[in-house]
Amino acid sequence: MSDLKNMDPAPEKAAAPAPAAEEKIREPLFHIVKRADIPKLKAWGIRLIAILLALLVNALIIHWLTGLNPLAVYKSMFDGSFSTKRKFWVLLQNTAMLLCIALAVTPAFKMRFWNLGAEGQVLIGALSSGALMFYIGDKLPSSLLILLMLGAALLSGIVWAGIPALFKARFGTNETLFTLMMNYVAIQLVNTMIAIWVPSGSGVLGIMNSKSNNGWLPTVFGQKYALNIIVVGLLTVFMYVYLKYSKHGYEIAVVGESENTARYIGINVRKVIVRTAALSGCLAGLAGFLLMAGSAHTVSSTLAGGNGFTAVLVSWLAKFNPFVMILTSLLIEFLQKGAGEIAQAFRLSSDIADIATGIILFFIIGCEFFLNYRIMFRHKGKEGK
Amino acid sequence: MKKLIAVLLSLAMILSLAACGSKDETTKAPDTTTQAPAPESTQAPAPESTQAPAADLSSIKVGFIFLHDPASSTYDNNFYQAALQVQKELGLKDDQFIFKWNVPESAECQDTAEEMADAGCNIVIADSFGHETYMIEAAKNYPNVQFCHATGTQSRTVNIPNYHNAFAAIYEGRYLAGIAAGMKLAELVKAGAAPKVGYVGAFPYAEVVSGFTSFFLGVRSIVPEATMKVVYTNSWFDIALEKEAALKLIGDGCVLLSQHADSEGAPKACEEKGVPNVAYNVSTINLGPNTALISSKINWAPYYKMVIEAVAKGESFATDWCGTFATGSVELTELNTKAAAAGTQEAIDKAMAELKAGTLKVFDTKNWTLNGAHLTEYLADVQDMGDFKPETNVIIDGAFIESGEQFRSAPYFDIRIDGIDDK
Repeated sequence: MSDLKNMDPAPEKAAAPAPAAEEKIREPLFHIVKRADIPKLKAWGIRLIAILLALLVNALIIHWLTGLNPLAVYKSMFDGSFSTKRKFWVLLQNTAMLLCIALAVTPAFKMRFWNLGAEGQVLIGALSSGALMFYIGDKLPSSLLILLMLGAALLSGIVWAGIPALFKARFGTNETLFTLMMNYVAIQLVNTMIAIWVPSGSGVLGIMNSKSNNGWLPTVFGQKYALNIIVVGLLTVFMYVYLKYSKHGYEIAVVGESENTARYIGINVRKVIVRTAALSGCLAGLAGFLLMAGSAHTVSSTLAGGNGFTAVLVSWLAKFNPFVMILTSLLIEFLQKGAGEIAQAFRLSSDIADIATGIILFFIIGCEFFLNYRIMFRHKGKEGK
Repeated sequence: MKKLIAVLLSLAMILSLAACGSKDETTKAPDTTTQAPAPESTQAPAPESTQAPAADLSSIKVGFIFLHDPASSTYDNNFYQAALQVQKELGLKDDQFIFKWNVPESAECQDTAEEMADAGCNIVIADSFGHETYMIEAAKNYPNVQFCHATGTQSRTVNIPNYHNAFAAIYEGRYLAGIAAGMKLAELVKAGAAPKVGYVGAFPYAEVVSGFTSFFLGVRSIVPEATMKVVYTNSWFDIALEKEAALKLIGDGCVLLSQHADSEGAPKACEEKGVPNVAYNVSTINLGPNTALISSKINWAPYYKMVIEAVAKGESFATDWCGTFATGSVELTELNTKAAAAGTQEAIDKAMAELKAGTLKVFDTKNWTLNGAHLTEYLADVQDMGDFKPETNVIIDGAFIESGEQFRSAPYFDIRIDGIDDK
């Protein structure tokens, strides 16, 4: 009982506004209205404000937590990507790899096939091309080996995404869970193969064919990452054209909007689902191949480094537009490189840098809300005006 | 892309205007610079090294590459603390020691190492086994920079003068920690427990096998009937898995645990269950005030100092270096007298004296058997050619010669001796 007594003041307060409400049905303080369309300039203005706010909030938090000068922190954030030529190339390489995986998940997502298995599809692509390097790496000329590796990577990516797609098309299974679980199968497969390939039991494969460089992509323009970047650049153009101007792209869009409509206009939905998921896995497999042949020359369960999931963010933020994805993947890689540089320059735990990038992403994603919805505040009486 | 950069740049300008008015000028707060002021003040008495003409350290710049963040990984923290200690002792400035956390064992390691070389580092040091092949590639590209790699195995076979491996004879430290465990086990056995020890290992790899075998031989030197069960997590750092493995061992009837994995999972599980624990690299008394006994650890400071002084003088140094008790690289952390058995310290001191004198050898073949037999010869894969083929007999004068100048710094003892079950 005494507890109830203690609570007395609260209901009174709550009751106070009630008479007012009776006078007139009052509008809530604000409500949210869907925007029909928003001019491009205004959209960019809102995004700009979001980034400004993010940087401001970040500056305050960084200063509050560490006492550092936020400007110095932002400067080192830029240094992470732009202070040397090498850092810039690494930024481009990392962006290309993330972009490649984002391009891979895009057709599936546009079709509302929630492919969360890109991580595993990348791994399996890297693993299968690595297996060729391991078993026949010194028996074939490098160019032939590279072609075989590419084929194996694409094929294994197709299989890895195709299995959940077939099940979805046949039995209506949930592809979100299925693709997600396939990641763990791929990770364990990688660990098992490494345990077989490395009898010392260290669990570390290391760089493969570092002496012969067999199965390594050639250096272009004197830059070891240039070829990776060019390949992903071409892929971006291809994906844009594929989604926007091809019949396949149209079918993907229709199936994504409404399967019934698709059926009605005579689209073979099952076929489109399997084909699109296979394409998705195939391109993720390509990313695995590029990692194996073009940069890391090794495979480990952490090779994809979570990019299979970050790619979803990249694709979504860009509203599935491949060219905008260049921007979003660049932004994310820039933030990550910047975060590492901040931690290095100021000897901070990486957590602080993660908080900073998290805030920026939060604002950028959050501003999409304001691009889609308008907030209407309560009108101040005087309706006649 | 241009747009984004333009936006961010203009922002930076706006913020710079804003910042002028505020009190941001105090660039660093005390909490982030706890290490920074110290070297400045100790600069004068810094060259305490015994050599008369102290080397000029002003040109030294060292880049450190860590697999994980020292804030959460005890393994990386052990390297980090050693680096901070050396910075302080040598009176080096903050910008002479740069640290990079969370560098994965992939092309990113080579990029980071080369970025550090670009930034003017004359020494780059990486701490994780999987960094090795990338460090070797970086070493080829930057012949004037010294690349040092802890726990690696290839410097003796790749023959690159500026590529170095380092490790320590930690098996001797493990043996002494095993004595502390043995003393405790004897006490438990006297109270009626079975003499069964558990061990959480990372990978079935020589470094781990050598570690748990030397620990076990330490235990057996006190309790000859002891047996040990090993569970692998197949990961160097996984708090949940390590804890789970520890609980499984305790459930299987192990009355004392030790581990070779980088997290606090196992010590915490032991404290929960009241099972004595011997740790590695870091004292865990704070995690297990009632159960933590002692830890063996590698102190990397002597190696760092040796490398820095050699580079400052323009001298070359060993491409494969193994620390010992004598160099100060092998250490035991403080004994937790609250948990340890009476007489433990004395037993450790006695064994340490014998190890130093050479009268006691950890892997003396008299003390262990393989399938019931005392070995007289064993081929180990000392020359790492990437083929995993053993080629060198390492049993000499009745003892397995582990980590050292003679063969290699990184461990190669990979025999599962009788009494240890790692299946």
